[in-house]
Amino acid sequence: MATPTLANAPTLAQRARNIRRNALLMGEVQGQGYIAQALDIADVLAVAYFHAMRFRAEDPAWEGRDRFLLSNGHYAIALYAALIEAGIIPESELETYGFDDSRLPMSGMASYTPGMEISGGSLGLGLGIAVGMALGLKRKNSAARIFTLFSDGELDEGSKWEAIMSAAHHKLDNLIAIVDVNNQQADGPSKQMLGFEPLVDKLEAFGWFVQRVDGNDLDAVVGAFDAAMAYAEPKPRMIVADTLMGKGVPFLEQREKNHFIRVEPHEWQLALSALNAGDQP
Amino acid sequence: MTTAGSTPSAKPRLTTSAMIASIAAEGQRTRPAPFGHALVELARSREDVVGMTADLGKYTDLHIFAQAFPDRYYQMGMAEQLLFGAASGLAAEGFMPFATTYAVFASRRAYDFIHQTIAEEDRNVKIACALPGLTSGYGPSHQAAEDLALFRAMPNMTVIDPCDAHEIEQIVPAIAAHRGPVYMRLLRGQVPLVLDEYNYRFELGKAALLRDGGDVLIISSGIMTMRALEAARALSDDRVNAAVLHVPTIKPLDTEAILREAGKLGRLVVVAENHTVIGGLGEAVATLLMRSGVHPAFRQIGLPDEFLAAGALPTLHDRYGISTAEVKRQIKDWLR
Repeated sequence: MATPTLANAPTLAQRARNIRRNALLMGEVQGQGYIAQALDIADVLAVAYFHAMRFRAEDPAWEGRDRFLLSNGHYAIALYAALIEAGIIPESELETYGFDDSRLPMSGMASYTPGMEISGGSLGLGLGIAVGMALGLKRKNSAARIFTLFSDGELDEGSKWEAIMSAAHHKLDNLIAIVDVNNQQADGPSKQMLGFEPLVDKLEAFGWFVQRVDGNDLDAVVGAFDAAMAYAEPKPRMIVADTLMGKGVPFLEQREKNHFIRVEPHEWQLALSALNAGDQP
Repeated sequence: MTTAGSTPSAKPRLTTSAMIASIAAEGQRTRPAPFGHALVELARSREDVVGMTADLGKYTDLHIFAQAFPDRYYQMGMAEQLLFGAASGLAAEGFMPFATTYAVFASRRAYDFIHQTIAEEDRNVKIACALPGLTSGYGPSHQAAEDLALFRAMPNMTVIDPCDAHEIEQIVPAIAAHRGPVYMRLLRGQVPLVLDEYNYRFELGKAALLRDGGDVLIISSGIMTMRALEAARALSDDRVNAAVLHVPTIKPLDTEAILREAGKLGRLVVVAENHTVIGGLGEAVATLLMRSGVHPAFRQIGLPDEFLAAGALPTLHDRYGISTAEVKRQIKDWLR
């Protein structure tokens, strides 16, 4: 993939739209997928991959890359969509999503997919691995950084808080974590499952540099990533991103909220059309 | 401890064997902290080696490494899920973590973390755990009767149950030379020295016939090899000839050596392990023999399928049949 020049580089909004489109196309091939989550996190992924992170599309294991750790493995459909947009996975693999022998299984696993750093899925694993990788990068005097995404439901897991304490204890200023607060877990609204608010206060008390933003406001997300990367104190950084499930496809935004949202076979094309319509000025 | 009122002929009252400093019997030859010293030796030549623990550095002999290489030592706090997740992360960045805790916490509390972040991702993490099987009298919270069964069931995992200090010293460089996740049981503190007298060398995946004999074949691992050798000596006084096949690598199993020895006709085969009779070496050997059409008379010495009692280790090892005297007695009964 040619490096785009500044003049013809797609805007972040276009990147986010393409990520949503890729995710919807994968959802359509499989007739299922965590599409509402993919749509809600597309803006964060666009900023991570096309504003913040250093990587080489032709060499996903490049030693100097920033690492992106997907803790919430069920968001794999969203990360594949971003990896396709980034040129790390060829677009032609979209149609293999979730089928036997595909490199794109429904839950993200390191052993399957280029650019997938860890096997998430068993929720609560990612931040602990991120701590170890961040320690490892420091041992190597590497300038690379760890970005890790996890879901608000993972805050229920005690292991998450072990890692939250540890990252601050070890002063991991090369670690930027993003928590997707879409307020939806398997059994219902996250805040009704196991309350985690006030989240910013909690994380600050645990020694993190914390920002809370509208995760679907690209400018705000860019600002948060910039501030997280520029922050000078030796603390890990957390971006609490409040997001809207189904974002970008109005009829999915309004659908009754569910962890695994139901999309009828004919609706995938309607969703793609709605996405394109939303892109018009 | 003898109380003031007891008579001289009364049995001494044994105190609880809590977080034991040594499994060695009184007067037994020992070597201090073989794991810690071997790891220091290894780390001198391999810069990728790091040590990690979850608040049990001093209780897994990792403090020896911490003193020698303070900047390569990671104290992760009493957080085992974090310990193994972070070990996976350090391995992903090219380091070789030796991560230590007690066997119960690795096998039971942090199982999913080892399964997913280390075994599934095939990370080069060496897990070394103290208090394996029944080596604490503190009760089930610290008795890892099922650790081998759990780690045997985990794909990609190599599983090792060492006998003594001599073997532990050799295992450390051997597992470092092997690329992939390893679970090794650890004996700490003053560790018995036994196998140096048998011209023994540890080889990953290899069993070793330490002694031959025509009446009974004891297949054993870990401290039960020490017990088996002692029992074999005692049996020879009664004109019973016992062979001892030491199987330190529980997975992958040395099927060739086991089939060769168990296939020799006329011997009772006894598997002795410091582990529940469910899912450990005994069942691994039994399955192998059945699958291969080798059908000797077969018995198991191991811990029962129950929550084990608290108390003194000598008492408990007698009660559950894994002391030297009980090994000998059971074999004599079976040969009768």
